[in-house]
Parts: sequence; structure tokens; C-alpha cells
Amino acid sequence: MITGFIALYIFMLAAFTGYEVISRVPVILHTPLMSGSNFVHGIVLVGAMVALGHAESDLEKIVGFVGVVLAAGNAVGGYVVTERMLEMFKSSDKGK
Amino acid sequence: MDTVIQLSYFVAAVLFILGLKRMSSPKGARGGILWAGVGMVVATLATFFHPEIYVREPFAQGYAFHNLDLILIAIAIGGVLAWWSGKRVAMTDMPQMIALYNGMGGGAAAAIAAVELFKGGTHELAFMVLAVLGGLIGAVSFSGSLVAFSKLQGIMKKTFALPAHQVFNLLLFSATLAVGAWLVFGEPGLFGVALFFLLALAVGVLMTLPIGGADMPVVISLYNALTGLAVGFEGFVLNNPAMIIAGTVVGAAGTLLTQLMAKAMNRSLANVLFKSFGPGDGGEGSGPEGEMKPIEAQDAAILMAYSNKVIIVPGFGMAVAQAQHKIWELTQLLEKKGVEVKFAIHPVAGRMPGHMNVLLAEAGVPYDKIFDLEEINNEFPNADCALVIGANDVVNPAARNNPDSPIYGMPILDADRAQNVIVMKRGQGRGFSGIENELFFADNARMLYGDGQAMAAELVGHLKTL
Repeated sequence: MITGFIALYIFMLAAFTGYEVISRVPVILHTPLMSGSNFVHGIVLVGAMVALGHAESDLEKIVGFVGVVLAAGNAVGGYVVTERMLEMFKSSDKGK
Repeated sequence: MDTVIQLSYFVAAVLFILGLKRMSSPKGARGGILWAGVGMVVATLATFFHPEIYVREPFAQGYAFHNLDLILIAIAIGGVLAWWSGKRVAMTDMPQMIALYNGMGGGAAAAIAAVELFKGGTHELAFMVLAVLGGLIGAVSFSGSLVAFSKLQGIMKKTFALPAHQVFNLLLFSATLAVGAWLVFGEPGLFGVALFFLLALAVGVLMTLPIGGADMPVVISLYNALTGLAVGFEGFVLNNPAMIIAGTVVGAAGTLLTQLMAKAMNRSLANVLFKSFGPGDGGEGSGPEGEMKPIEAQDAAILMAYSNKVIIVPGFGMAVAQAQHKIWELTQLLEKKGVEVKFAIHPVAGRMPGHMNVLLAEAGVPYDKIFDLEEINNEFPNADCALVIGANDVVNPAARNNPDSPIYGMPILDADRAQNVIVMKRGQGRGFSGIENELFFADNARMLYGDGQAMAAELVGHLKTL
């Protein structure tokens, strides 16, 4: 479905989007943003689920299982940590 | 069903981009992570009905979930552990947790590649190349992030390098690529796949080992970008647009962020990666002249109370001592006495850019008191007192006037130009880079020895009696 030049175009456009989205970020948000983008690549979870879903042999199942555990950790941990950091920005806003 | 899945992936990709966009301004930041979170949940739920998981059974009637029990158990294990550790971790330990979660993402990308490669031979050339590359990058990011985590967590204290370390790394990396090519063009089977991933993991470990702690933020950011790229590549392999877009966006954004950080430290990325930054890198031999002059908390409190303007320079020491709440109390007391107080944040103060901002925000310090390096540097000469709390290298004048120093050229906060400098510090030790700081020996500098939090509390006590 996504092959050849279409894939290349998607890759190129997504790369520019990533570059643009972040280009005007203040230093104060660098750490939360790094954490937030860390959460976003937790989408690897859906890939790991598919890999485990079509795993047949025991070895494939083991590796796929480890993959899903790690991916879920990336997604959930990334969210919790980012949320906690940004929570503080809210409280300091109130005090202003 | 396929349309619904594709639609949900589309929605997720849009939400990720909008979420990241919102996260790059302080006002919308909290909403941003929420949007991205919704995208993640939508994509994950839809994936349960992916044709590779919700399969039409050849012998039974209708559909059945494939390996559903394994998937649910794995999500539960990973999710619960990460939730628990993420909620529990102290704010000061955030950088290494990000490294850890990021490494897990890289590991997951490598695991996907491994499963696809075990299946072997069914894909065309482009897919094999991307699977191998994604697997390589993911595995490097996984083991590298784990090393970064153990360094920041203090599990691994020393940096060490083999003799001719970079040459060895280059050979190892070439060998890994060679095995990768073998996977793409040959049929090496299980042994080849295992060898490939072992080599890739070793590359990550050996690449990160010689890098000093001061450079860790840049390295973590780099691995974050690499994981994004690996996820994007595996997205092509699995034909999954959500992974392609999210992974590539993070890869590009992370690369930019890495450059910004390296620039703030005035080091090129190549410099960070291939030139270890440690003690004995030069700048020694001629130690600073003079001696460190201690000051008592009471005198320091009096000095600040009768100042017109005080600039506070926090560093990693403040984070370690958890002194930010006491410092904010101190600030409020000083302001009651009519002293103007500002915070000066070096871009790489702490272990990550923005680290200090997060801690000060936690203590309730409003934004408008916090200033970047460019904004505040010309105000130091007008300040009666600069209070340096657990910062070292970011105020070392050697960066300005000693061309032999390894940090020469790095932009610093000109705290030494204030009328008086009070340095709050645990002892006479050196900073993270291991370089002697001549600021501490300067005529206008006084050392206030002690734990950051305890000392700040003492200052607060003395100020109350004044």
C-alpha cells in the first residue's frame, strides 16, 4: 500500500513537519518536549502488537512479547513523566 | 474494518503532531500531552482489530484474535511497571527516566525487526533494508540509553575507554553493517539474526561508555531522535502509517532538539560523541591563583538583605539538594525587603536543558522571574550579589578567558561580574567536567559550604531575624 515514492514523500513531509513544529520552542520547555516526543514514539506499541499478533514460532512469540512489554513501557512511562512535568507549569501559572 | 483502523491511525497521527505543536508553548503544553495521549489510546485500541491480530480462522467460522492473551499480558506488565516507576520517580531523576523509557522504545523497534527477520525472505529488498536499519538503530538506542540511564542513576560511576576506542568502534560498526548486509542479501538464518543484534547492542554500549556525564543530555536527546527514526523505519516494514509519521516526526524534531542542546554547550555533535570529555583534558598545570574564602550563613544573609539586586544562578547541586522550595522562600523574603531578585538559567544547567525551569516551576517560582542566558548576562555588573547554588561549569570564567580549557568558548553566565558572588556548595570539589573553577578563587567570591537545602534554610532563618 505505502510503497516506493509515496513512502519517500511521506517520510520527507513528516521530517519537515517535525522540524517545523519544534523550531520555535523556548528553552524552558526543552525537557518536557523531549519527554513528550519520547512518548509519541511509543506508537511503536501498535507495531509490536502486530508483530506479536502474527508471531508463529515460540522464538517469535518470545521476542514479540518482549517487544510489546518494552513498547508499553515506553508509551505509558513517557506519558506519566511528561504529564507530571507539565503539571508543574500549570501550578506556577496560577501563582502568577 | 480496515477503513476504521486506517482512519484511527490517521486521527492518531494528526493528534500527535498537534500535541507536539501545543507542547512547544507553555500555555498549551498540558493540553498537548493530553491530545497525544488520546491519539495513542485510539491507535492502540484500533490495532486489536488489525488483520494480523484479528484473523479470519481458516478452519473455524468467522474471526478470532491471534495471540490476544500474550498481547494483553505484555501490555499489562510493561504498562503497570512504567506507570508505577513514572509516578514514583523524583523530579531530579527525570532525565534518566526519559532515557530509560526511550531505550525501551528502541528495544521494541528492534524486537519488531527481529520478528520480521525471523520470518525472513518474504519481503522485497527495500523492506529488508529498512527492517535491518531500523533494527540496528533501535538496538543501538536501546543499549545506549540503558548505559546513559545507569550513568545518571549512579549505577555506573566511571567513564572508560578502550585504547584506540574510536577505531575499535568503527570496526565494530562496520562488522555490524556487514552482518546486516548478509541478512538482506543472504539467508543466514537464526544465527545471523542473533549475531546482528548482539553486535548492534555492543555498538550502543561502547558508543556511550566513554561519554562524560556533562554531555548526557545531548546523548539522551540523540537516542530519542534515533528511536523515532527506528520506529519510522519499522513502520514502513509493517506498512503502518501511524508509526511512519509519528516516528519520522520525532526523528526530525529530536535531531533539531539535539542540535539546539549541543549548540548551547558550544560543542558539535561529533565532538560530544567522539571526544570524551573528562578530567585531564588540559587546562591544568596552572591552577587558579588565590584561595577560596568561606563565608558564614549570617553574613551572607546580611549581604543579600542589603542588596538592591540579587541574581540567583541554580545548578545541578540545587536539584540534588532539593533546595528549590527553600530558595523560593528565600526569594520571597528578600522581595519583602525590597530586593529585586531574578533567576538566571544557563541552557544546560542541571542534566538537561530546561531541567532548572522544571524544578523552579515545581517550587512555584513564576516565569517572569526566570531569565535565559542572553537576557540576563548584561545585568550581572549591576547586581550587588550573585548567589550561585550548586552550579559550577556554567559560571566558570575559564570558558571566556582560558583557551586551554576544555570548556573554552562555551557561553557562560557572567556571575563573576556581579559586585559580590556567594557560592553555595557542598565542598571544594570540582564540577561535573572535573575542571577547577577560578570563579571560586576570585576576590569578590565567597564560599558558603553546606548542603543546599540546609544552607538555604539557614539563610531564611537569618533573614527572618533581620
